[in-house]
Amino acid sequence: MISYRSVTKRFADGTVAVRDFSLEVPRGSLTVLAGSSGCGKTTLMRMVNRMVDPTSGQVLVDGEDVAGRNPVALRRRIGYVMQNSGLLPHRTVAQNIATVPRLNGMDRRAARRRTGEMMDLVGLDAQLADRYPAQLSGGQQQRVGVARGLAADPDILLMDEPFGAVDPLVRSELQRQLRQLHGQIGTTILFVTHDMDEALALGDQIVLLRTGAQVDQQGTPRQFVAEPANDFVRTFLGLDRGQRTLHRERAADGSVVVVDAHGRPAGVLAEPGDQPEDQPDAGPHPGATAEAGPRPGSQDAPTA
Amino acid sequence: MNQLWEAVLWCLDPGRWTGPSGIAARSLEHLGYTLLAVLIAAAVAVPIGWWVGHTGKGRGAAVAVSGAARALPTLGVLTLAGLLLGIGLVAPMTAFVILAIPSILAAAYAGFEAVDRRVIDAARAQGYTGAQVLWWIEVPLGLPVLVGGLRSAALQVVATATLAAYVGAGGLGRYLFLGLKTQDYAMMLGSSLLVVTLALVLDGVFALAGRAAVPRGVTVARRGVTA
Repeated sequence: MISYRSVTKRFADGTVAVRDFSLEVPRGSLTVLAGSSGCGKTTLMRMVNRMVDPTSGQVLVDGEDVAGRNPVALRRRIGYVMQNSGLLPHRTVAQNIATVPRLNGMDRRAARRRTGEMMDLVGLDAQLADRYPAQLSGGQQQRVGVARGLAADPDILLMDEPFGAVDPLVRSELQRQLRQLHGQIGTTILFVTHDMDEALALGDQIVLLRTGAQVDQQGTPRQFVAEPANDFVRTFLGLDRGQRTLHRERAADGSVVVVDAHGRPAGVLAEPGDQPEDQPDAGPHPGATAEAGPRPGSQDAPTA
Repeated sequence: MNQLWEAVLWCLDPGRWTGPSGIAARSLEHLGYTLLAVLIAAAVAVPIGWWVGHTGKGRGAAVAVSGAARALPTLGVLTLAGLLLGIGLVAPMTAFVILAIPSILAAAYAGFEAVDRRVIDAARAQGYTGAQVLWWIEVPLGLPVLVGGLRSAALQVVATATLAAYVGAGGLGRYLFLGLKTQDYAMMLGSSLLVVTLALVLDGVFALAGRAAVPRGVTVARRGVTA
């Protein structure tokens, strides 16, 4: 569990990135910090592993103020996945994934075994183990990044726009797998994004931030869509443009089609019982087109 | 053309290659001066350059110092050092080291600066210590640039090492100054050709070393090989 207690961050140039921010991130949850660039969301995330130290206030992990922890030891207990993967270009996929276990003193053979498990977990072909990052596609690099973040079996995983730089098809596939993975391993995930569709698709809890990390709304995806707190939230979600307002229309053949405000088809309406079975997480997430039909990424998207 | 031919003949005369002051011995001496100067310069400049590159501190000072050192006329430094330190190897070696430091210093920190900041940021966030970032990331990834700096330093010194003979030390400069005194132009030109050859050989060796210094993961990136 992560708790922010009245956290403020003022940078040396006087900019206040975060002003008096408080939040509880429940253990095992997937909490999304969403907002436009410059809202302080990344700064907040980086306070958890002391990549940034707050000017005032406290960040607690499991009830203990991280300020008292050794940053290096702390970081080895917390997974970190960033945009553009941040993989070491001169190390192979296997070596990159084994980074933290090796730093923690795991021997070579055990680390190799762990690497294999991790690659399996994130859906990477074992043959890629001896490739270098530059030989992988963007989607594969991000999978390696996730595998690296999870390799030391951390209680907390920090993800900084990890899917921002991959194409939409791969992105939705990665999002779907992350949901699945999260259900499987139960790690507390703090996820930063500027993409509201992504936030709705992934979050148990979403915190929408404005400049200075001012909270506009905090709640479940359903609450965001059903009860947006203010106009900013409405605009950010695209609710004001009718982007998420869907209507039922009966097609000529009798099937029910769901269309958006512009009459564009968003999907078909399924009757209870004909939900595809491999969609365990389709229910509680109103993100993207989830309830309007199969997700665009649900078929196995090629990543190479 | 005729003089050039005579110079080539002078170089190729087998009788001149042997003995304690033969071409072979003088070439080795010349090469030895060069490598020693580069080695000493590297011992001074590489740690400073790495420190500047790693911490980001003192960059302005490093730029200013290497700029100033570059502007120093080597012959002037050599004469001054010769006057202070006397005849022998110490004076020219001092001048060569000063000559070699700027390229190596600049290459040492430029190599670090060329490393993608996001890679270093990610490594720190995984729990790398500062020393681990230095030795496992910045040094290997910055090495090709550093070798490039050693290469240009070596070339500058190998050309300038002829001046060692000016203050009584050895090297291929001996022939040059002897030829100058005796108006033996074949000897002067011949010794210059030897210096040029030595420089080309050295350049080739450093080019190969530079290529070998590029980590494999980076080589495949440059070739654009993808899965």
